[in-house]
Amino acid sequence: MPRSTKAKPTAPATAANPAGHREHASFPPVVIAEIQRAAREGIYDIRGLGAKRRLPSFDDLIFLGASISRYPLEGYREKCATNVTIGARFAKKPIELKIPITIAGMSFGSLSANAKEALGRAASEMGTSTTTGDGGMTQEERRASKILVYQVLPSRYGHDPDHMRSCEAIEVVVGQGAKPGGGGMLLGLKVTERVAGMRTLPVGIDQRSACRHPDWTGPDDLEIKIAELREVTDWEKPIYVKVGATRVKYDVALAVKAGADAVVVDGMQGGTGATQDVFIEHVGIPTLPAVRQAAEALQELDMHRKVQLIVSGGIRNGADVAKALALGADAVSIGTAALMALNCNAPLFLEDYAKLGTAPGYCHHCQTGRCPVGVTTQDPELEARLDPELAAHRVRNYLATMVLEAQTLARACGKSHLHNLEPEDLAALTIEAAAMAKVPLAGTDWIPGRGGE
Amino acid sequence: MIEVDVESLGVRALNERLHRLPRDTNERLWKITNPKGAHALAAGLDRPLSIEIEGHVGYYCGGMNKQAEITINGHAGPGLAENIMSGVVRVKGNASQSAAASGRGGLVVIGGDASSRCGISMKGVDIVVGGSVGHMSAFMAQAGHLVVCGNAGAHLGDSIYEAVIYVGGEVESLGSDCIEKPMTDEHRSKLEQLLASAGLRVQAARFRRFGSARRLYNFKVDHAAQY
Amino acid sequence: MCGIVGLFLKNSALESSLGRHLSAMLSALSDRGPDSAGFAIYRNPAPRGSIKVTLFHPDPDFGWDRLMREMSEEIGTKVRGEARGSHLLLTAAMPVETARHWLAHHRPEVRIMGVGDCIELYKEKGNPKEVVRRFGLEELAGSHALGHTRMATESAVTTQHSHPFSTGLDLCLVHNGSLSNHNRMRRWLSRHGIEFQTDNDTEVAAGYFTHLLGEGATLEEALKSGISDLDGFYTFAIGTKDGFAVVRDPIACKPAVLAETDDWVAMASEYRAIAHLPGADQSRIWEPSPATVYSWQKH
Repeated sequence: MPRSTKAKPTAPATAANPAGHREHASFPPVVIAEIQRAAREGIYDIRGLGAKRRLPSFDDLIFLGASISRYPLEGYREKCATNVTIGARFAKKPIELKIPITIAGMSFGSLSANAKEALGRAASEMGTSTTTGDGGMTQEERRASKILVYQVLPSRYGHDPDHMRSCEAIEVVVGQGAKPGGGGMLLGLKVTERVAGMRTLPVGIDQRSACRHPDWTGPDDLEIKIAELREVTDWEKPIYVKVGATRVKYDVALAVKAGADAVVVDGMQGGTGATQDVFIEHVGIPTLPAVRQAAEALQELDMHRKVQLIVSGGIRNGADVAKALALGADAVSIGTAALMALNCNAPLFLEDYAKLGTAPGYCHHCQTGRCPVGVTTQDPELEARLDPELAAHRVRNYLATMVLEAQTLARACGKSHLHNLEPEDLAALTIEAAAMAKVPLAGTDWIPGRGGE
Repeated sequence: MIEVDVESLGVRALNERLHRLPRDTNERLWKITNPKGAHALAAGLDRPLSIEIEGHVGYYCGGMNKQAEITINGHAGPGLAENIMSGVVRVKGNASQSAAASGRGGLVVIGGDASSRCGISMKGVDIVVGGSVGHMSAFMAQAGHLVVCGNAGAHLGDSIYEAVIYVGGEVESLGSDCIEKPMTDEHRSKLEQLLASAGLRVQAARFRRFGSARRLYNFKVDHAAQY
Repeated sequence: MCGIVGLFLKNSALESSLGRHLSAMLSALSDRGPDSAGFAIYRNPAPRGSIKVTLFHPDPDFGWDRLMREMSEEIGTKVRGEARGSHLLLTAAMPVETARHWLAHHRPEVRIMGVGDCIELYKEKGNPKEVVRRFGLEELAGSHALGHTRMATESAVTTQHSHPFSTGLDLCLVHNGSLSNHNRMRRWLSRHGIEFQTDNDTEVAAGYFTHLLGEGATLEEALKSGISDLDGFYTFAIGTKDGFAVVRDPIACKPAVLAETDDWVAMASEYRAIAHLPGADQSRIWEPSPATVYSWQKH
């Protein structure tokens, strides 16, 4: 009897693979599809949001709540304060935030005007700040946001000293977590008349961006640049320096030496409106090790709490906030999460997700400008789907929830101020997290890598 | 004419004083002595002042200038008049790297040479250079005019958008997507206007025009080598 | 990242004020380099048959006298020394290899900072204004000098990590910038006999030039090779017995200013450091082109 040529299933059937075909770990279907896309198009894949693959994260840490050796605080009655001051090092007018959660820089152009306005309103209600982005400041954002941080980026799109002077702080962007070493990107469909006008670009082109600042390179020249920004604004405003997380220890130390009032460290989970997928997934370290390294760099210079540390990149809930603070951050910043509170990936307008070849919960197509929920689009019809007032309410609720969650965890650890959380309040669930956060593996005294010290 | 020795007063105090002048001030003429390479001199101005600086300045002189007319009787360090919005900044001697970087308006005149990256990221400023410019000048130049009476270094206008470049002498090499374009009467007239505003008595006839080939405006695999 | 300075005197009448001028140049660049400072000064040529060695030990009570006595007794020739801060300038009447060998054997804990006929090399952790005072730079005379103020980027702030790095007899290197392929280069050079004391990128560049010069290349040839072999951003200033050289990488983002009068040639990361030199106002000022070697020698 001839042997059957039909391949027999060699694995149990699963929902994703009902016929039980043998999988190839190095070349699974998604990798094959990408190879064949590259073969068709001859150019890298560009998308929005941040690293999608699983990474060691705050989920791998837990808090050691009070028991017999420690005492918790009662909710509501016994205060757990949440305020933070940024920029007392050099600025005449440091910033007072009521909560340690800020809205990260995202450009008008990448985001719709309605999205920027909603974020501004929500932040103002909660007593925190928003940040301009790679495209300059809009009047809507300035009006909506009580505390506005003005970014100075390599592209200098829309850079205006009057706008800068009207803001409460300045953020010199060296890089961001999604693409440390890369510049901004905005594809043609989103370079509308208004956006193009702000950026001094022809309408409809694919924006190419510089990855280095035009008038300084290196921390020694950054120091001189920061001094110039202080001169232009009469030393009033705190100056932050933002980096994507790579050589965090060196970068934080250098930002301090260059004269920063605050350092913003953005881990690889940090999002973007558009960049090469290969950049997002393969450059930068996760936020978890970045926080602890940044805090250590500040401690070694005796600058912890004197130069504030703001951490971003995949902050999603009050637990993430509390853990980042426990590891040494003064505040966190949210980008992707804020968009999701606005409606990013919400199960609405399902046919429009389908048209993009995706579905709610899986969409990362910000770069197309066809955002089904009006957040990352310049199309007026799509933008109209985002009502700024309702959206502001959602973001406000989300921020308030995160603060309550963080306070709950902090009180359980006996803290009357979120800043009193410390690494010793944490334990790790995995060896990677223990090594990265320098926190013992739960139930042990072991911190991998700390042995031979 | 108000004379200030910035070596004794200090840059910060001088800048604050200039920033605080009332909008309709009649203290409009200033002479600043002993700059000795100090940084951020006269940065962030927003008044119709006329300022003469006697000596050499450091980085970012006249940075983010609005309305003021600043003249440097000496050389200037990197980032001269960076992000200038309006007004005029003139340096009699040479300018270091990134002169007029990301400038959005106004006029920058460099009597001598400019070093590398002159006009990098320019967004509408007019720059007129009596001498030559270094490599990577007009890199990612988006709008405005760069006039070079002398020679231009390597990779002129790399990744240029809509800025227009006029060169009187030799061009060592052109950058990605930058090509020579014909000089029309309209361009010659604009060039003459720019030379006149810079106070340079130079013949427009020998200049050549350079600008974007516009092949990089939309990502296309065929131009991958240019990136 | 850092500040670098160089001063070469064409007019020997100015030699007595070399230290004073260099000191002011270094102070002017302390903002861009607050962590440590160092300088190499070329002066007082050693007598024939002698060698000058600059030594360092962190202990302020280190037994330098004993070291000199023992060395002199064992080798049987004259050894004298001049202490400056934590460093000792040794002048020993013996071949350089003899001196190196003795020190390696009998005082391995002592660091050799510079060796040559004319060079003296002093460097240390601390604010440049302080460091310069500790070494008494102001009072030193000489024909030319290089200096450096350091803002450490990727390696530690220690005395050993400070610049200048000595690459060979009467040779030294100061660097502003950040190399990007120095780790693999270090391993290659180690296999070819160059010894490294730190993880510093500049030390690798110094080792690279030593290696090429040891293989018979001229300084110009070595620097030209460096332009293609060393990746990253750099302005290098190299000191030699007779003068100095300056070179920038092809992208040339890090600053470099050159100034020249009939009396001197100066190099610095910022004009501010040159501004106070006599005649600076009327000097010819220009910037070195990328990937080009500039050099000056005594005749």
